[in-house]
Amino acid sequence: MNEKKPQVWVFVEQRDGKPADVSLELLSKGRKLAESLRGELKAVLIGHDVEDLAKELFGYGASEVLLADHPELKHYNTLPYSRLVSELVDEHQPRIVLFGASFVGRDLAPRVASHTLSGLTADCTDLQISDVTYLRQDYAELLLQIRPAFGGNIIATIICPDSPVQMATVREGVMEKIPLAQPVDGRITPIPYTPQGPDELVRIIERHREDNKVDLKAAPIIVSGGYGMGNFQNFQILYELAHLIGGEVAGTRAAVDAGFIDHNRQVGQTGVTVRPKLYIACGISGAIQHRAGMQDANKIIAINSDPDAPIFGICHYRIVGDVMEVIPMLIDAYKHKLK
Amino acid sequence: MSYHSVVMVKQVPDTANISGQVMKPDGTVNRSKLPTVFNPEDKVALELALQLRDRYGGTVRVLTMGPLKASDLLRDCLYMGADEAFLVSDRRFAGADTLATSYVLAAALKRLAPFDIVFAGRQAIDGDTAQVGPQTAEKLGLPQITYAEGILGAEDGKIQVRRKIDQGYEVLEGTLPLLITVVKDAAAPRPSRAKRVMAFKNARTLMELEKMAEANSLLYIDQLKEEYLSKGLFIQTMTADDLDVDLTRCGLAGSPTKVHKIDSVVLGANEHETIPTTKDGMYALIDKLMEDHIFG
Ligand SMILES: Cc1cc2nc3c(=O)[nH]c(=O)nc-3n(C[C@H](O)[C@H](O)[C@H](O)COP(=O)(O)OP(=O)(O)OC[C@H]3O[C@@H](n4cnc5c(N)ncnc54)[C@H](O)[C@@H]3O)c2cc1C
Ligand SMILES: Cc1cc2nc3c(=O)[nH]c(=O)nc-3n(C[C@H](O)[C@H](O)[C@H](O)COP(=O)(O)OP(=O)(O)OC[C@H]3O[C@@H](n4cnc5c(N)ncnc54)[C@H](O)[C@@H]3O)c2cc1C
Repeated sequence: MNEKKPQVWVFVEQRDGKPADVSLELLSKGRKLAESLRGELKAVLIGHDVEDLAKELFGYGASEVLLADHPELKHYNTLPYSRLVSELVDEHQPRIVLFGASFVGRDLAPRVASHTLSGLTADCTDLQISDVTYLRQDYAELLLQIRPAFGGNIIATIICPDSPVQMATVREGVMEKIPLAQPVDGRITPIPYTPQGPDELVRIIERHREDNKVDLKAAPIIVSGGYGMGNFQNFQILYELAHLIGGEVAGTRAAVDAGFIDHNRQVGQTGVTVRPKLYIACGISGAIQHRAGMQDANKIIAINSDPDAPIFGICHYRIVGDVMEVIPMLIDAYKHKLK
Repeated sequence: MSYHSVVMVKQVPDTANISGQVMKPDGTVNRSKLPTVFNPEDKVALELALQLRDRYGGTVRVLTMGPLKASDLLRDCLYMGADEAFLVSDRRFAGADTLATSYVLAAALKRLAPFDIVFAGRQAIDGDTAQVGPQTAEKLGLPQITYAEGILGAEDGKIQVRRKIDQGYEVLEGTLPLLITVVKDAAAPRPSRAKRVMAFKNARTLMELEKMAEANSLLYIDQLKEEYLSKGLFIQTMTADDLDVDLTRCGLAGSPTKVHKIDSVVLGANEHETIPTTKDGMYALIDKLMEDHIFG
């Protein structure tokens, strides 16, 4: 058996030289998993001119950064990236490897898992270390990979009892990003890259990226509207409320489909996952796909005219009433109390 | 130049339309009551393959791994315009995770070689993993383009594809053969054509013909098979014995991931406070939020 300490790896995704939030979130989670295993946290970073970024990862607890830096690795490309990561996994046999469930992570992770014959669990919403009894056999310190499936209607706990390497992807915003007060004293290990013929089988001809102007995930307060807002005109009152209390406006898919609000502000399974201090759900029924993106908010206020609306099952403050009556009252009350 | 495609298609429970009837009294989902559907993104993948054939010529074959009932799905593909359909079915393949699924699909694809493009949906709506496409490509040693939003054109053994990335898109040029996974918006699947439905509604797999032969002593399986083959109505079936596979890598046995526990999502009754819709109610709410350190 391997005498080395168990290793937890995070594939750190860089976009134009900047780390993806999801990677920093995963390092924060990976640190906890490594602690439970009495092991080490390491990062795998691939790109060009990203040494500064590599150093930034010590601030999230990575004790070693495996860094492949080469001009041809500037942008993500499936074949060279998956070859590099697969070879590293083969060589070092980390216990756990985490990837963001982003476009890049979902392109890369399955290839690496396939090459290394590892179990891979998609879109985990929670990761824990636990001893498990499975089919009457005892396994020590397995990774519990908890994920929704069936369109969010069930939650499955997946384990890989016999796989030396356990891999998982996690979406952005699901884990919390927790920088260390004091960076660890880590080291950077350069990983050589030699271009190979097949690396060029798929070439990037054009790239278009827009920076996301709205950052819902960072908003401490979110005022969110659903189909029950009625129309575009009514929906605008949410901006007034949000502006007053220092929040951002978001919506459900039904509100997006109805044209009340832009898709990049959709909260839920196929939108953004948020965990603000306060989430005000206005005219939202509380469908499972919506709840998947907001149920971890610290406090939830729900305003709905239907006293049995499912959203009331997860809220902290329940207001039964018409949004166009309740929201103006709330605005007045806030102004009265705080101005 | 013409192109030969194989489309990987999957029959899935209709998880998007979970209605009252499939909910059990305790609020959990009764999976056996869920009707099955053509995985939406696989239908789009088939449409893209058909469009490529319309434009450049070539062939479109479809492949599914699943229970015998999945032959319904293959007939749907024939109605839409697929040239040929293949079912991979064997009890020993049951309970497969994505690694074991892609292992068997890759073995079946080797039997269908040569081809220029393997199409897959981005993800299936039951497992939702989006892993089978890339894992199949890896096993075949093929390059891949995931999240394809459209095919711009093909020329000289190369294909140009527009794909989604975080906050934008890329245009990629890939050398054939390769595997492409397709997102929902890439195309609108064509409806099945009445003429093709008439032509293919009698298409049958070997197992279905065997059942017919068992039920009627006048029918002989070899003759039946001969007849269906000659009419182009035979859906080829591959079992483990037809494929070059190591059984320890198939089905549940070959799956490193195991489902340890499943919880249906039940709407739990939550402790909440009802705020009256009065001025005082709202004032009290603001006070509470100040106590919670949200305001102020
Ligand atoms: C695969 C998949 C992914 C999905 N992803 C997402 C996602 O990411 N995000 C998302 O939000 N949804 C998503 N959905 C859609 C989701 O299932 C619901 O359809 C959607 O969330 C419903 O939005 P809603 O609550 O605004 O509308 P509705 O369900 O129509 O609810 C409107 C609510 O407003 C109330 N109401 C009506 N009038 C008033 C009034 N005057 N005052 C107060 N209340 C009123 C009604 O009582 C009702 O509860 C997804 C669905 C699928 C199948
Ligand atoms: C609750 C639950 C959770 C699960 N979680 C995981 C997990 O985290 N990791 C894991 O490895 N497995 C998991 N599985 C198993 C997984 O669902 C099955 O392996 C399934 O057969 C393929 O995965 P998928 O549905 O996610 O397909 P995806 O990878 O989402 O499918 C992508 C595309 O591959 C093609 N494809 C997929 N399956 C077939 C097929 N049988 N025939 C033809 N084409 C196909 C289709 O084109 C499809 O659009 C889970 C199963 C359940 C019930």
